[in-house]
Amino acid sequence: MWVTVISIVISGIITDNIIFSQTLGICPFLGVSKKLDSAVGMGLAVTFVIVLSSIVCHYLYMLLELLSITYLQTILFILIIAALVQLLDIVLKKASPSLYTSLGVYLALITTNCAVLGTANTVVQNGYGLLETFVSALSVGLGFTLALILMAGVREKVGRSAIPKPFQGFPIALIIAGILAMAFYGFSNFSLF
Amino acid sequence: MSKNSLKQTALGGIFNNPVFVLVLGMCPTIAQSRDVISALGLGCATAVVLVFSNLAISLLRKVIPDKVRLPAYIVIIATFVTIVQMVMSGFLPDLYASVSKFIPLIVVNCIILGRAESFASKNGVLESVVDGLSMGIGFIASMCLLGAIRQGLGMLGLKIFVQPIGGFMVLGFIMALFNFVMHLYHRRKKTLMEA
Repeated sequence: MWVTVISIVISGIITDNIIFSQTLGICPFLGVSKKLDSAVGMGLAVTFVIVLSSIVCHYLYMLLELLSITYLQTILFILIIAALVQLLDIVLKKASPSLYTSLGVYLALITTNCAVLGTANTVVQNGYGLLETFVSALSVGLGFTLALILMAGVREKVGRSAIPKPFQGFPIALIIAGILAMAFYGFSNFSLF
Repeated sequence: MSKNSLKQTALGGIFNNPVFVLVLGMCPTIAQSRDVISALGLGCATAVVLVFSNLAISLLRKVIPDKVRLPAYIVIIATFVTIVQMVMSGFLPDLYASVSKFIPLIVVNCIILGRAESFASKNGVLESVVDGLSMGIGFIASMCLLGAIRQGLGMLGLKIFVQPIGGFMVLGFIMALFNFVMHLYHRRKKTLMEA
């Protein structure tokens, strides 16, 4: 039992990192990783949505299976995620206006973050129970936050140096991401047990 | 609709290339450009969804209330994705097996929602279909270019380029090259205009 949980955590955060190994959720990863504090805020907001939506989708899929209408999976999952993001939007606006403004348009775009829908799909496909769903979604979210923080740290430094004009903006960010992915590639095929 | 603006829309796939210029739809681009076949498969599936969702949204653009337009667009897109998913798993099971994880994720591909919001919701049916085709072909071409480079480098023994690392790196370098070529093109156009 604990062995499964620990291996889910390790693979979620490190060996199967959502950004560097599954390459999901790249848009916010490139868009919000310019400053360290907004990177942390974005990472935690996405983690929250991933955990909640995975748990809701887990139960929803059971219901769909019961009614044998699983072909509606994609449509219903995305509606659930959109509703949760709307909820988060309302809550954050009241609770933390400064974080709300620094996330800007990317908050609404969590809906179209493929890390969220991707995790919900994976969890359902693997037939996880409630605990496994929760742990797996949480570690995917933490892996996303880790990637965002690493990237923001590097980009804050790179922003101060002279970069050739064609490489400015996204190209240099992608190359940095490639180098970071190389570090994470070192962990692939790594297993504790 | 003048002929000139239709031509401009049709060339949008190059000058507003979704991958290299607008930087949309990065996730499937990096993940599925390991080899040419899966790049082509996912590219075509995305382009089909893009054309049909542009068509449907521009037909319904006067019916959908402004406040609920985003959920409405997402439901329309998700419907077409589900159709593509069913058709592909039924008729092309081998191809489907290699891209199955990313087909449902076409729903959250920002290219499609982006074109719906910024083009199809404001323009007529013909223009929207042309825009969908042009953007779709631009996306397929970029995917295949990336796929060919990565697969080629992989075949030369540089196996690392088949991994996500290669996806990030190759895309970064091609984007820089694209910026450079566009810069030269615009400078040349400017000097020609002045001359």
